[in-house]
Amino acid sequence: MTTKTIMAGFGGQGVVLMGTLLAHGAMVEGKHTTFFPSYGAEMRGGTANCSVVVSDREIASPIVNQPDCVVAMNIASLNKFESRVRPGGIIFVNSSLIDRRVERDDVTEIRVPANEVAESLGDVRAANMVMLGGIVKKTGVVNLETLGESLEKVLSERAMGLIDLDRQALKRGFEEVA
Amino acid sequence: MPEDRVLMKGNEAIGEAAIRAGCTFYAGYPITPQNELTEYMSYHMPKAGRAFVQAESEVAAINMVYGAAATGARAMTSSSGPGISLKQEGVSYMCGAELPCFYANIVRGGPGLGNIAPAQSDYFQATRGGGHGDYRVIVLAPSTVQELFDITMLGFELADKYRNPAMILGDGILGQMREPIVLREPVEYDPGTKGAWSLGNSAGREKHMITSVRLAPGTLEKHNMKLFRKYKEIAEKEQRYELTAVDDAEVIIIAYGTSARVAKSAVAAARESGDIRLGIIRLITLWPYPADIIREYADKGARFLVVEMSLGQMYEDALLSVAGKTDVSLLAHTGGGLPAEEEIIETAKKVRASDGPVEVFPEAAE
Repeated sequence: MTTKTIMAGFGGQGVVLMGTLLAHGAMVEGKHTTFFPSYGAEMRGGTANCSVVVSDREIASPIVNQPDCVVAMNIASLNKFESRVRPGGIIFVNSSLIDRRVERDDVTEIRVPANEVAESLGDVRAANMVMLGGIVKKTGVVNLETLGESLEKVLSERAMGLIDLDRQALKRGFEEVA
Repeated sequence: MPEDRVLMKGNEAIGEAAIRAGCTFYAGYPITPQNELTEYMSYHMPKAGRAFVQAESEVAAINMVYGAAATGARAMTSSSGPGISLKQEGVSYMCGAELPCFYANIVRGGPGLGNIAPAQSDYFQATRGGGHGDYRVIVLAPSTVQELFDITMLGFELADKYRNPAMILGDGILGQMREPIVLREPVEYDPGTKGAWSLGNSAGREKHMITSVRLAPGTLEKHNMKLFRKYKEIAEKEQRYELTAVDDAEVIIIAYGTSARVAKSAVAAARESGDIRLGIIRLITLWPYPADIIREYADKGARFLVVEMSLGQMYEDALLSVAGKTDVSLLAHTGGGLPAEEEIIETAKKVRASDGPVEVFPEAAE
Protein backbone atom coordinates (compact mmCIF):
# COMPACT_ATOMS: atom_id res chain seq x y z
CA MET A 1 0.00 0.00 0.00
CA THR A 2 1.42 3.36 -1.07
CA THR A 3 -0.25 6.74 -0.58
CA LYS A 4 1.07 9.73 -2.50
CA THR A 5 -0.13 13.15 -1.42
CA ILE A 6 0.48 16.65 -2.73
CA MET A 7 -0.26 19.46 -0.28
CA ALA A 8 -0.49 23.01 -1.50
CA GLY A 9 -1.41 26.46 -0.28
CA PHE A 10 -0.03 29.98 -0.18
CA GLY A 11 3.14 30.74 1.73
CA GLY A 12 2.34 30.96 5.45
CA GLN A 13 -0.50 28.43 5.53
CA GLY A 14 1.80 25.83 7.01
CA VAL A 15 1.82 23.40 4.11
CA VAL A 16 5.40 22.31 4.75
CA LEU A 17 4.68 21.71 8.44
CA MET A 18 1.59 19.70 7.53
CA GLY A 19 3.63 17.49 5.18
CA THR A 20 6.55 17.12 7.57
CA LEU A 21 4.21 16.10 10.41
CA LEU A 22 2.52 13.48 8.23
CA ALA A 23 5.90 12.05 7.19
CA HIS A 24 7.12 12.05 10.78
CA GLY A 25 4.01 10.23 11.95
CA ALA A 26 4.48 7.64 9.21
CA MET A 27 8.09 7.15 10.31
CA VAL A 28 7.05 6.65 13.94
CA GLU A 29 4.57 4.01 12.80
CA GLY A 30 7.39 2.15 11.06
CA LYS A 31 6.43 2.95 7.51
CA HIS A 32 8.63 4.05 4.63
CA THR A 33 8.13 7.72 3.91
CA THR A 34 9.56 10.60 1.93
CA PHE A 35 8.86 14.32 2.08
CA PHE A 36 9.79 16.54 -0.84
CA PRO A 37 9.27 20.33 -0.92
CA SER A 38 8.91 22.56 -3.94
CA TYR A 39 12.13 24.52 -3.84
CA GLY A 40 13.89 27.33 -5.62
CA ALA A 41 12.21 29.94 -7.73
CA GLU A 42 9.04 30.31 -5.67
CA MET A 43 7.14 33.57 -5.92
CA ARG A 44 5.87 35.63 -3.00
CA GLY A 45 2.10 35.20 -2.92
CA GLY A 46 2.35 32.11 -5.11
CA THR A 47 1.66 28.55 -4.06
CA ALA A 48 3.93 26.51 -1.81
CA ASN A 49 3.62 22.78 -2.11
CA CYS A 50 5.15 19.54 -0.93
CA SER A 51 4.81 15.87 -1.72
CA VAL A 52 4.57 13.14 0.91
CA VAL A 53 4.77 9.45 0.09
CA VAL A 54 3.90 6.82 2.72
CA SER A 55 4.39 3.17 1.88
CA ASP A 56 4.97 -0.28 3.31
CA ARG A 57 7.83 -0.74 0.84
CA GLU A 58 10.91 1.22 -0.28
CA ILE A 59 9.99 4.43 -2.10
CA ALA A 60 11.49 4.98 -5.55
CA SER A 61 11.12 8.70 -6.10
CA PRO A 62 9.82 11.29 -3.64
CA ILE A 63 8.50 13.31 -6.57
CA VAL A 64 4.79 12.76 -7.12
CA ASN A 65 3.30 13.22 -10.59
CA GLN A 66 -0.07 11.54 -10.12
CA PRO A 67 -1.11 11.78 -6.46
CA ASP A 68 -3.71 9.67 -4.67
CA CYS A 69 -4.63 12.74 -2.63
CA VAL A 70 -4.40 16.47 -3.21
CA VAL A 71 -4.80 18.94 -0.39
CA ALA A 72 -5.79 22.41 -1.58
CA MET A 73 -5.56 25.09 1.10
CA ASN A 74 -6.43 27.90 -1.35
CA ILE A 75 -8.06 28.31 -4.76
CA ALA A 76 -4.78 28.64 -6.67
CA SER A 77 -3.75 25.23 -5.36
CA LEU A 78 -7.00 23.62 -6.42
CA ASN A 79 -6.68 25.17 -9.87
CA LYS A 80 -3.13 23.92 -10.19
CA PHE A 81 -3.49 20.35 -8.91
CA GLU A 82 -7.09 19.25 -9.56
CA SER A 83 -6.18 17.65 -12.88
CA ARG A 84 -3.23 15.75 -11.43
CA VAL A 85 -5.10 13.45 -9.00
CA ARG A 86 -5.45 9.87 -10.15
CA PRO A 87 -8.96 8.74 -11.05
CA GLY A 88 -10.58 7.48 -7.87
CA GLY A 89 -8.37 9.73 -5.75
CA ILE A 90 -9.34 12.31 -3.14
CA ILE A 91 -9.19 16.10 -3.16
CA PHE A 92 -9.29 17.81 0.24
CA VAL A 93 -10.61 21.34 -0.16
CA ASN A 94 -10.26 24.11 2.40
CA SER A 95 -13.87 25.24 2.04
CA SER A 96 -13.25 28.34 4.17
CA LEU A 97 -11.27 29.87 1.31
CA ILE A 98 -12.46 27.95 -1.74
CA ASP A 99 -15.98 28.61 -2.98
CA ARG A 100 -15.99 26.47 -6.07
CA ARG A 101 -16.55 22.73 -6.11
CA VAL A 102 -14.18 20.18 -7.62
CA GLU A 103 -15.10 19.90 -11.31
CA ARG A 104 -13.99 16.33 -11.90
CA ASP A 105 -16.52 13.57 -11.30
CA ASP A 106 -14.01 10.71 -11.06
CA VAL A 107 -12.54 11.81 -7.73
CA THR A 108 -13.90 12.25 -4.20
CA GLU A 109 -14.16 15.79 -2.85
CA ILE A 110 -13.82 16.28 0.90
CA ARG A 111 -14.60 19.81 2.07
CA VAL A 112 -13.07 20.91 5.36
CA PRO A 113 -13.78 24.43 6.72
CA ALA A 114 -10.23 24.55 8.06
CA ASN A 115 -9.95 28.29 8.69
CA GLU A 116 -13.34 28.53 10.41
CA VAL A 117 -12.64 25.60 12.71
CA ALA A 118 -9.20 27.00 13.56
CA GLU A 119 -10.70 30.42 14.27
CA SER A 120 -13.27 28.86 16.58
CA LEU A 121 -10.31 27.42 18.51
CA GLY A 122 -8.82 30.89 18.74
CA ASP A 123 -6.10 30.93 16.09
CA VAL A 124 -6.48 30.70 12.33
CA ARG A 125 -2.86 29.57 12.06
CA ALA A 126 -3.99 26.09 13.12
CA ALA A 127 -5.99 25.63 9.89
CA ASN A 128 -3.27 23.31 8.56
CA MET A 129 -3.69 21.01 11.57
CA VAL A 130 -7.48 20.98 11.16
CA MET A 131 -6.98 19.90 7.57
CA LEU A 132 -4.42 17.23 8.50
CA GLY A 133 -6.83 15.81 11.09
CA GLY A 134 -9.40 15.48 8.33
CA ILE A 135 -6.90 13.87 5.97
CA VAL A 136 -5.90 11.09 8.36
CA LYS A 137 -9.55 10.45 9.27
CA LYS A 138 -10.43 9.87 5.61
CA THR A 139 -7.25 8.09 4.47
CA GLY A 140 -6.09 6.29 7.63
CA VAL A 141 -2.50 6.79 6.47
CA VAL A 142 -1.36 7.59 10.02
CA ASN A 143 -3.12 7.51 13.40
CA LEU A 144 -4.32 10.77 14.92
CA GLU A 145 -2.58 9.98 18.23
CA THR A 146 0.74 9.50 16.46
CA LEU A 147 0.49 12.94 14.89
CA GLY A 148 -0.21 14.47 18.30
CA GLU A 149 2.98 12.90 19.64
CA SER A 150 5.03 13.78 16.55
CA LEU A 151 4.24 17.46 17.06
CA GLU A 152 6.79 17.47 19.91
CA LYS A 153 9.54 16.52 17.46
CA VAL A 154 8.44 18.55 14.47
CA LEU A 155 7.45 21.95 15.88
CA SER A 156 10.18 24.55 16.14
CA GLU A 157 11.01 25.84 19.60
CA ARG A 158 9.20 29.08 19.03
CA ALA A 159 6.04 27.27 17.91
CA MET A 160 6.05 24.89 20.87
CA GLY A 161 3.66 27.20 22.75
CA LEU A 162 1.00 26.32 20.18
CA ILE A 163 1.25 22.57 20.67
CA ASP A 164 -1.98 22.20 22.66
CA LEU A 165 -3.88 24.28 20.15
CA ASP A 166 -2.42 22.20 17.32
CA ARG A 167 -3.49 18.97 19.00
CA GLN A 168 -7.00 20.30 19.49
CA ALA A 169 -7.08 21.39 15.88
CA LEU A 170 -6.00 17.93 14.67
CA LYS A 171 -8.80 16.40 16.76
CA ARG A 172 -11.44 18.86 15.55
CA GLY A 173 -10.45 18.27 11.94
CA PHE A 174 -10.64 14.53 12.55
CA GLU A 175 -14.18 14.93 13.90
CA GLU A 176 -15.18 17.24 11.06
CA VAL A 177 -14.74 14.55 8.40
CA ALA A 178 -17.09 11.61 8.20
CA MET B 1 9.52 0.63 16.02
CA PRO B 2 13.07 1.91 16.37
CA GLU B 3 12.40 5.24 18.05
CA ASP B 4 15.93 6.45 17.39
CA ARG B 5 15.08 7.30 13.81
CA VAL B 6 14.83 10.95 12.86
CA LEU B 7 13.24 12.59 9.84
CA MET B 8 16.02 14.49 8.12
CA LYS B 9 16.58 16.45 4.97
CA GLY B 10 19.39 15.14 2.76
CA ASN B 11 21.44 18.33 2.87
CA GLU B 12 21.15 18.47 6.65
CA ALA B 13 22.10 14.81 6.97
CA ILE B 14 25.39 15.54 5.18
CA GLY B 15 26.04 18.40 7.59
CA GLU B 16 25.24 16.38 10.71
CA ALA B 17 27.35 13.47 9.46
CA ALA B 18 30.27 15.82 8.76
CA ILE B 19 30.12 17.16 12.30
CA ARG B 20 29.90 13.63 13.71
CA ALA B 21 32.85 12.64 11.50
CA GLY B 22 34.88 15.31 13.25
CA CYS B 23 34.90 17.91 10.49
CA THR B 24 36.76 20.87 11.98
CA PHE B 25 36.52 23.38 9.13
CA TYR B 26 33.80 24.20 6.61
CA ALA B 27 33.85 26.97 4.03
CA GLY B 28 31.09 27.42 1.48
CA TYR B 29 29.15 29.76 -0.72
CA PRO B 30 25.37 29.51 -1.34
CA ILE B 31 23.76 27.83 -4.34
CA THR B 32 20.49 25.93 -4.80
CA PRO B 33 19.81 23.03 -4.27
CA GLN B 34 22.44 22.57 -1.54
CA ASN B 35 21.78 25.69 0.57
CA GLU B 36 20.42 23.84 3.61
CA LEU B 37 23.84 22.21 4.02
CA THR B 38 25.67 25.52 4.26
CA GLU B 39 22.91 26.86 6.52
CA TYR B 40 23.13 23.79 8.77
CA MET B 41 26.89 24.18 9.08
CA SER B 42 26.61 27.90 9.80
CA TYR B 43 24.48 27.08 12.83
CA HIS B 44 25.93 23.81 14.09
CA MET B 45 29.69 24.14 13.43
CA PRO B 46 30.16 27.10 15.80
CA LYS B 47 27.98 25.34 18.40
CA ALA B 48 30.35 22.36 18.21
CA GLY B 49 33.36 24.64 18.58
CA ARG B 50 34.38 24.20 14.94
CA ALA B 51 35.07 26.78 12.23
CA PHE B 52 32.47 27.90 9.70
CA VAL B 53 33.19 30.47 6.99
CA GLN B 54 30.78 31.80 4.43
CA ALA B 55 33.39 32.67 1.84
CA GLU B 56 33.16 35.56 -0.63
CA SER B 57 33.18 33.11 -3.54
CA GLU B 58 33.52 29.45 -4.39
CA VAL B 59 37.15 29.96 -5.36
CA ALA B 60 37.86 31.47 -1.96
CA ALA B 61 36.03 28.63 -0.21
CA ILE B 62 38.05 25.84 -1.81
CA ASN B 63 41.31 27.66 -1.17
CA MET B 64 40.36 28.11 2.48
CA VAL B 65 39.77 24.36 2.55
CA TYR B 66 43.25 23.90 1.05
CA GLY B 67 44.74 26.05 3.79
CA ALA B 68 42.84 24.33 6.58
CA ALA B 69 43.68 20.85 5.27
CA ALA B 70 47.35 21.82 5.07
CA THR B 71 47.32 22.39 8.83
CA GLY B 72 45.77 18.96 9.46
CA ALA B 73 42.14 20.07 9.80
CA ARG B 74 39.29 17.84 8.66
CA ALA B 75 38.09 20.25 6.01
CA MET B 76 34.99 20.37 3.88
CA THR B 77 33.11 22.40 1.31
CA SER B 78 29.96 21.89 -0.77
CA SER B 79 28.17 23.37 -3.74
CA SER B 80 26.19 22.49 -6.84
CA GLY B 81 27.47 22.11 -10.43
CA PRO B 82 28.34 25.71 -11.34
CA GLY B 83 30.04 26.27 -7.97
CA ILE B 84 31.89 22.96 -8.18
CA SER B 85 33.18 24.04 -11.61
CA LEU B 86 34.74 27.07 -9.94
CA LYS B 87 36.28 24.88 -7.24
CA GLN B 88 38.02 22.53 -9.67
CA GLU B 89 41.24 24.53 -9.72
CA GLY B 90 41.54 24.18 -5.95
CA VAL B 91 40.70 20.48 -6.06
CA SER B 92 43.45 19.95 -8.64
CA TYR B 93 45.91 21.77 -6.36
CA MET B 94 44.86 19.64 -3.40
CA CYS B 95 45.39 16.45 -5.38
CA GLY B 96 48.83 17.67 -6.43
CA ALA B 97 49.69 18.63 -2.85
CA GLU B 98 48.14 15.41 -1.48
CA LEU B 99 45.74 17.18 0.83
CA PRO B 100 42.61 15.39 2.03
CA CYS B 101 39.22 17.08 2.00
CA PHE B 102 35.60 16.11 1.60
CA TYR B 103 33.10 17.91 -0.60
CA ALA B 104 29.57 17.47 -1.84
CA ASN B 105 28.14 18.30 -5.25
CA ILE B 106 24.33 18.39 -5.02
CA VAL B 107 23.91 18.34 -8.76
CA ARG B 108 21.45 20.56 -10.66
CA GLY B 109 20.63 20.59 -14.34
CA GLY B 110 23.35 21.93 -16.69
CA PRO B 111 25.14 23.03 -18.77
CA GLY B 112 25.63 26.65 -17.81
CA LEU B 113 23.34 28.02 -15.14
CA GLY B 114 20.89 25.34 -16.31
CA ASN B 115 18.14 24.84 -13.77
CA ILE B 116 17.78 23.75 -10.16
CA ALA B 117 16.18 20.38 -10.85
CA PRO B 118 17.93 17.11 -9.94
CA ALA B 119 20.46 15.79 -12.48
CA GLN B 120 23.48 13.51 -12.82
CA SER B 121 25.15 15.50 -15.55
CA ASP B 122 28.31 16.28 -13.56
CA TYR B 123 29.43 12.65 -13.86
CA PHE B 124 32.33 13.36 -16.20
CA GLN B 125 33.38 16.37 -14.15
CA ALA B 126 33.47 14.23 -11.00
CA THR B 127 34.96 11.01 -12.32
CA ARG B 128 37.49 12.48 -14.74
CA GLY B 129 39.02 14.78 -12.16
CA GLY B 130 37.26 17.89 -13.43
CA GLY B 131 40.20 20.24 -13.17
CA HIS B 132 43.58 20.27 -14.89
CA GLY B 133 46.33 17.72 -14.52
CA ASP B 134 46.63 13.97 -14.11
CA TYR B 135 44.56 13.25 -11.01
CA ARG B 136 41.56 11.45 -9.53
CA VAL B 137 39.17 12.08 -6.68
CA ILE B 138 37.14 9.43 -4.87
CA VAL B 139 33.50 9.81 -5.96
CA LEU B 140 30.72 8.42 -3.78
CA ALA B 141 27.11 8.13 -4.93
CA PRO B 142 24.47 7.74 -2.20
CA SER B 143 20.86 7.00 -3.09
CA THR B 144 19.03 7.60 0.21
CA VAL B 145 19.25 10.16 3.01
CA GLN B 146 20.63 7.41 5.27
CA GLU B 147 23.36 6.76 2.76
CA LEU B 148 24.13 10.47 2.43
CA PHE B 149 24.79 10.38 6.15
CA ASP B 150 26.82 7.15 6.18
CA ILE B 151 28.84 8.01 3.09
CA THR B 152 29.75 11.43 4.41
CA MET B 153 31.29 9.79 7.47
CA LEU B 154 33.05 7.28 5.22
CA GLY B 155 34.22 9.99 2.83
CA PHE B 156 36.25 11.80 5.48
CA GLU B 157 37.95 8.51 6.41
CA LEU B 158 38.82 7.68 2.80
CA ALA B 159 40.11 11.20 2.15
CA ASP B 160 42.45 11.02 5.14
CA LYS B 161 43.51 7.45 4.43
CA TYR B 162 44.65 8.29 0.90
CA ARG B 163 45.55 11.98 1.43
CA ASN B 164 43.25 12.87 -1.44
CA PRO B 165 39.94 14.71 -1.89
CA ALA B 166 36.78 12.57 -1.74
CA MET B 167 33.35 13.74 -2.78
CA ILE B 168 29.65 12.98 -2.85
CA LEU B 169 27.91 13.19 -6.20
CA GLY B 170 24.29 13.74 -5.12
CA ASP B 171 21.43 15.54 -6.82
CA GLY B 172 18.61 17.97 -6.05
CA ILE B 173 16.22 15.22 -4.97
CA LEU B 174 18.62 13.68 -2.50
CA GLY B 175 19.54 17.08 -1.10
CA GLN B 176 15.98 18.34 -0.73
CA MET B 177 14.05 15.27 0.38
CA ARG B 178 13.35 14.23 3.95
CA GLU B 179 13.58 10.57 4.93
CA PRO B 180 13.85 8.66 8.20
CA ILE B 181 17.45 7.92 9.16
CA VAL B 182 19.44 6.47 12.05
CA LEU B 183 22.22 8.76 13.22
CA ARG B 184 25.57 7.06 13.84
CA GLU B 185 27.66 7.78 16.92
CA PRO B 186 30.13 10.65 16.53
CA VAL B 187 33.78 9.77 16.08
CA GLU B 188 36.55 11.57 17.87
CA TYR B 189 38.68 13.06 15.11
CA ASP B 190 42.23 11.84 15.46
CA PRO B 191 44.72 13.60 13.16
CA GLY B 192 46.79 10.41 13.40
CA THR B 193 49.98 10.69 11.40
CA LYS B 194 49.03 14.01 9.82
CA GLY B 195 51.61 15.66 12.08
CA ALA B 196 54.30 14.08 9.90
CA TRP B 197 53.45 16.42 7.03
CA SER B 198 51.02 19.11 8.21
CA LEU B 199 51.91 22.74 8.79
CA GLY B 200 51.95 24.60 12.10
CA ASN B 201 53.52 23.82 15.51
CA SER B 202 56.86 23.80 13.78
CA ALA B 203 59.13 24.58 16.72
CA GLY B 204 61.88 21.99 17.08
CA ARG B 205 61.11 19.95 14.00
CA GLU B 206 62.21 19.84 10.38
CA LYS B 207 60.32 22.15 8.06
CA HIS B 208 57.30 20.78 6.23
CA MET B 209 56.37 21.81 2.74
CA ILE B 210 52.91 21.52 1.17
CA THR B 211 52.99 22.38 -2.51
CA SER B 212 51.76 21.33 -5.92
CA VAL B 213 54.63 23.04 -7.74
CA ARG B 214 57.46 20.76 -8.91
CA LEU B 215 59.57 22.64 -11.42
CA ALA B 216 62.85 20.75 -11.26
CA PRO B 217 63.16 18.52 -14.34
CA GLY B 218 61.79 15.01 -13.78
CA THR B 219 60.37 15.68 -10.33
CA LEU B 220 56.75 16.13 -11.42
CA GLU B 221 56.79 12.94 -13.45
CA LYS B 222 58.06 11.01 -10.46
CA HIS B 223 55.53 12.67 -8.16
CA ASN B 224 52.68 11.93 -10.56
CA MET B 225 53.73 8.30 -10.70
CA LYS B 226 53.57 8.21 -6.92
CA LEU B 227 50.03 9.60 -7.15
CA PHE B 228 49.22 7.11 -9.88
CA ARG B 229 50.32 4.22 -7.66
CA LYS B 230 47.93 5.54 -5.02
CA TYR B 231 45.07 5.79 -7.52
CA LYS B 232 45.71 2.21 -8.62
CA GLU B 233 45.51 1.07 -5.02
CA ILE B 234 42.21 2.94 -4.56
CA ALA B 235 40.87 1.44 -7.78
CA GLU B 236 41.70 -2.05 -6.55
CA LYS B 237 40.44 -1.70 -2.99
CA GLU B 238 37.56 0.75 -2.94
CA GLN B 239 35.05 -0.33 -5.61
CA ARG B 240 31.67 -0.33 -3.87
CA TYR B 241 28.28 -1.43 -5.13
CA GLU B 242 25.09 -3.22 -4.14
CA LEU B 243 23.62 -6.18 -6.03
CA THR B 244 19.90 -6.88 -6.20
CA ALA B 245 18.38 -9.88 -8.02
CA VAL B 246 21.20 -10.09 -10.56
CA ASP B 247 21.83 -13.82 -10.78
CA ASP B 248 18.84 -14.91 -12.85
CA ALA B 249 18.24 -11.50 -14.48
CA GLU B 250 17.42 -11.26 -18.17
CA VAL B 251 18.66 -7.67 -18.09
CA ILE B 252 20.91 -6.15 -15.40
CA ILE B 253 20.44 -2.44 -14.80
CA ILE B 254 23.47 -0.33 -13.89
CA ALA B 255 22.52 2.87 -12.09
CA TYR B 256 23.41 5.12 -9.13
CA GLY B 257 21.80 7.73 -6.91
CA THR B 258 18.24 8.79 -7.68
CA SER B 259 18.19 6.78 -10.94
CA ALA B 260 19.04 3.67 -8.93
CA ARG B 261 16.17 4.33 -6.49
CA VAL B 262 13.69 4.36 -9.34
CA ALA B 263 15.42 1.40 -11.02
CA LYS B 264 15.25 -0.69 -7.83
CA SER B 265 11.51 -0.14 -7.68
CA ALA B 266 11.27 -1.10 -11.35
CA VAL B 267 13.13 -4.34 -10.58
CA ALA B 268 10.68 -5.18 -7.79
CA ALA B 269 7.60 -4.22 -9.85
CA ALA B 270 8.70 -6.19 -12.93
CA ARG B 271 9.42 -9.28 -10.86
CA GLU B 272 6.07 -9.01 -9.11
CA SER B 273 4.15 -8.71 -12.37
CA GLY B 274 6.27 -11.35 -14.05
CA ASP B 275 6.95 -8.93 -16.92
CA ILE B 276 10.69 -9.41 -17.04
CA ARG B 277 13.37 -10.67 -14.64
CA LEU B 278 15.40 -7.55 -13.90
CA GLY B 279 18.36 -7.12 -11.58
CA ILE B 280 20.45 -4.12 -10.64
CA ILE B 281 24.06 -3.31 -9.90
CA ARG B 282 23.73 -0.09 -7.90
CA LEU B 283 27.00 1.81 -8.00
CA ILE B 284 28.11 3.33 -4.69
CA THR B 285 31.53 4.44 -5.91
CA LEU B 286 31.69 6.13 -9.33
CA TRP B 287 35.44 6.51 -9.11
CA PRO B 288 36.71 3.95 -8.68
CA TYR B 289 34.09 2.57 -11.06
CA PRO B 290 32.97 -0.93 -9.98
CA ALA B 291 34.30 -2.40 -13.21
CA ASP B 292 35.30 -5.75 -11.72
CA ILE B 293 31.77 -6.83 -10.82
CA ILE B 294 30.41 -5.64 -14.16
CA ARG B 295 33.14 -7.55 -15.97
CA GLU B 296 32.32 -10.64 -13.93
CA TYR B 297 28.69 -10.58 -15.14
CA ALA B 298 29.74 -9.61 -18.66
CA ASP B 299 31.88 -12.76 -18.74
CA LYS B 300 28.74 -14.74 -17.92
CA GLY B 301 26.98 -13.14 -20.89
CA ALA B 302 24.73 -10.77 -18.93
CA ARG B 303 23.00 -7.98 -20.86
CA PHE B 304 23.14 -4.54 -19.30
CA LEU B 305 20.96 -1.45 -19.29
CA VAL B 306 22.44 1.81 -17.97
CA VAL B 307 19.85 4.21 -16.52
CA GLU B 308 21.19 7.70 -15.87
CA MET B 309 20.08 11.34 -15.64
CA SER B 310 22.77 12.43 -18.12
CA LEU B 311 23.30 11.77 -21.79
CA GLY B 312 25.39 8.61 -21.72
CA GLN B 313 28.21 9.73 -19.44
CA MET B 314 28.19 6.78 -17.04
CA TYR B 315 27.32 4.59 -20.06
CA GLU B 316 30.89 5.08 -21.31
CA ASP B 317 32.33 3.54 -18.14
CA ALA B 318 29.94 0.60 -18.45
CA LEU B 319 31.07 0.09 -22.06
CA LEU B 320 34.73 0.26 -20.99
CA SER B 321 34.04 -2.28 -18.26
CA VAL B 322 32.41 -4.90 -20.49
CA ALA B 323 35.09 -4.33 -23.13
CA GLY B 324 32.92 -5.58 -25.96
CA LYS B 325 32.11 -8.93 -24.35
CA THR B 326 28.39 -8.21 -24.22
CA ASP B 327 26.08 -5.36 -25.10
CA VAL B 328 25.12 -2.38 -22.97
CA SER B 329 21.94 -0.37 -23.58
CA LEU B 330 21.05 3.11 -22.37
CA LEU B 331 18.02 4.92 -20.98
CA ALA B 332 18.96 8.57 -20.52
CA HIS B 333 17.31 11.70 -19.20
CA THR B 334 18.81 15.16 -18.90
CA GLY B 335 18.19 18.70 -17.72
CA GLY B 336 16.10 17.68 -14.70
CA GLY B 337 14.20 14.84 -16.36
CA LEU B 338 13.71 11.68 -14.28
CA PRO B 339 13.32 8.10 -15.45
CA ALA B 340 9.98 6.49 -14.54
CA GLU B 341 9.56 2.89 -13.37
CA GLU B 342 7.35 1.93 -16.33
CA GLU B 343 9.82 3.49 -18.75
CA ILE B 344 12.67 1.43 -17.31
CA ILE B 345 10.65 -1.78 -17.58
CA GLU B 346 9.58 -0.98 -21.16
CA THR B 347 13.17 -0.22 -22.17
CA ALA B 348 14.41 -3.43 -20.57
CA LYS B 349 11.80 -5.39 -22.54
CA LYS B 350 13.04 -3.73 -25.74
CA VAL B 351 16.56 -4.81 -24.82
CA ARG B 352 15.36 -8.38 -24.30
CA ALA B 353 13.62 -8.38 -27.69
CA SER B 354 16.61 -6.89 -29.50
CA ASP B 355 19.78 -8.60 -30.69
CA GLY B 356 21.92 -5.56 -30.02
CA PRO B 357 22.04 -2.53 -27.77
CA VAL B 358 19.09 -0.11 -27.45
CA GLU B 359 19.41 3.61 -26.76
CA VAL B 360 16.44 5.62 -25.48
CA PHE B 361 16.56 9.41 -25.14
CA PRO B 362 13.97 12.12 -24.41
CA GLU B 363 12.67 14.26 -27.28
CA ALA B 364 14.76 17.17 -28.54
CA ALA B 365 13.64 20.78 -29.07
CA GLU B 366 13.26 21.90 -32.67
